[in-house]
Amino acid sequence: MAVLRRILIANRGEIAVRIIRTCAALGIETVLAVSDADGDSMPARLADAVVRLGPAPPAASYLDVKAVVSAAVAAGADAIHPGYGFLSEKAQLATACEAAGLVFIGPTPVQLDAVGDKVRARGHAEAAGLPTVPGGAVDGTAAAADLAAVIGWPVLVKAVGGGGGRGLRPVPGPAALADTIAVAMAEAAGAFGDPRIYLERYVHPGRHVEVQVLGDGERVIHVGDRDCSVQRRYQKLVEEAPAPLLGDKLRADMRQAAIAFAERLRYRGLGTVEFLVDCERGGFYFLEMNARIQVEHPVTEAISGLDLVAEQIWVAEGNRLRLGQDDIELTGHAIECRINAEDWSDSFRPSPGTIAAASFPAESWIRVDTHVQAGAPVPPWYDSLLAKLIVTGRDRAEAVARMRDALARCQIDGVATTLPMQVELMNSDGFGSGGVDTSYLDRLVLGQVSHG
Amino acid sequence: MDLTNADVQDILHLLDGLPFSELSLETARFRLSLRRGADGGWAQALEVLGQPNVLPTASDQRAATEPLAEASSAGEDSSAENSAAEAGSGADLTDVRTPLLGTFYRAPRPGAPPFVTVGAVVAPDTVVGIIETMKLMNSVTAGVSGAIAEIVLADGEFAEQGTVLMRIRSQR
Repeated sequence: MAVLRRILIANRGEIAVRIIRTCAALGIETVLAVSDADGDSMPARLADAVVRLGPAPPAASYLDVKAVVSAAVAAGADAIHPGYGFLSEKAQLATACEAAGLVFIGPTPVQLDAVGDKVRARGHAEAAGLPTVPGGAVDGTAAAADLAAVIGWPVLVKAVGGGGGRGLRPVPGPAALADTIAVAMAEAAGAFGDPRIYLERYVHPGRHVEVQVLGDGERVIHVGDRDCSVQRRYQKLVEEAPAPLLGDKLRADMRQAAIAFAERLRYRGLGTVEFLVDCERGGFYFLEMNARIQVEHPVTEAISGLDLVAEQIWVAEGNRLRLGQDDIELTGHAIECRINAEDWSDSFRPSPGTIAAASFPAESWIRVDTHVQAGAPVPPWYDSLLAKLIVTGRDRAEAVARMRDALARCQIDGVATTLPMQVELMNSDGFGSGGVDTSYLDRLVLGQVSHG
Repeated sequence: MDLTNADVQDILHLLDGLPFSELSLETARFRLSLRRGADGGWAQALEVLGQPNVLPTASDQRAATEPLAEASSAGEDSSAENSAAEAGSGADLTDVRTPLLGTFYRAPRPGAPPFVTVGAVVAPDTVVGIIETMKLMNSVTAGVSGAIAEIVLADGEFAEQGTVLMRIRSQR
């Protein structure tokens, strides 16, 4: 048990602002660790104190474990909040915090290691009784053909050493298998220094649905599900809670599976268990666990009324959960649109620059999480997220209608943004009906779906 | 701490009963503009004005000569870099420039061989480097046929848009 009084935030942008808000409400002082590009940012102005980490490139600042821990010690902080991205899921930071006598606001190093490696995480999922995508490692065409016959076509050939969507090749049927395997092995050896390949069932179309969990090292509860199927280059652009059109049994099974997985790890902290929902066969598969606060957490907060960062800090202080599963009540429907500095009309080309003006609608049912304001630079070294627009309605139809209205009233000048794309998406028939699959946005961008 | 969303909502409740359609509020810590739209809905623009409270750290001897607040003005070093690079362009040399600002990488991954070295023969669609901007990797192609004559920028260096990365001697 350690009551936290001063937290160093090892992050930037909207999530730094978000964490500062909760800390201020809890009476906890904040020290923001900044790179040279962020010394004048909105979170730097809001934090109680600012400490310099290093030069702008992430490797020299936000990704430098030693710099982050030294900054926390020098600033007299008693804990580090890593936010998302950067070092948030690095066991090395959690371990370095322990060594320096700091509280790491996140899971234990062992838990981070368990979910950080895909093969290890899959092993834990299977041991906890979760369904995983049928598949396995293969050493050549013959073995691949045998396995494909068992798991069914189409299959996906993956490089074991790949990641982030790289080294993935779908194979529609037996005729194309031999060639694909040969090319994939050669490419895997060249690109990843590891010729091993992995074959699994190609789940397509699929939806990305995830369950928010919260644990204290003994007990785990869930805070409902989210749908994050609107993606571009494996990056989520719209999220909503609850996941629409899922079916009561599937929803209940996924929530139970997420708890079973987290319980197996005796998980401590806030986390998300991600699943792939098979639109054609029904059913779901474990994908991975994100052991941190997520970008899309506000949609869960909107329908649960919880402050997830406050709960995260509570368990990091060594407390038992103060909520039981029965205390979690989910009402209404929430949608989040990410507004990125990207030009939708030019293949989502990044658009760094300077914000000339930023104005957002002000309504009780709208939440805007942002770090941009007039005059703020949008540096090229970091991701392109400018703001998250979160809208709540009594039901999904109302939330979609309110989001259309809210988007029309957002104005960001100075850089290109994804606002026009979000308007288009909210007006599309497919999103309006709900339950789109992960390829929907690409088809919308290519003009392959009808518009409402 | 600044104004909270609840504060803004409270202000809007007060304004809703009044005949005003615009409010500007400025303190030492923030500037808030509220504007009522044609449909009656409010829009807000918030600027946080409070100055960062920068703590001195042990490694700050260096920081003293690199002021924190000034590092973010993106455009300041672009002209110098570009003009320096432009001076060397010869008649039969074609410049390969950055399509957008970002970090230049000569190889697909750390430790991998570079895409091209001096003397390499390239076609217009040959990938000669990568520019990383906002975590996205953008391929840079040669644009012309020829041989790499000079590589101007070093691996891992940051470049403004339009900076010369390398020069290609055109094929005759």
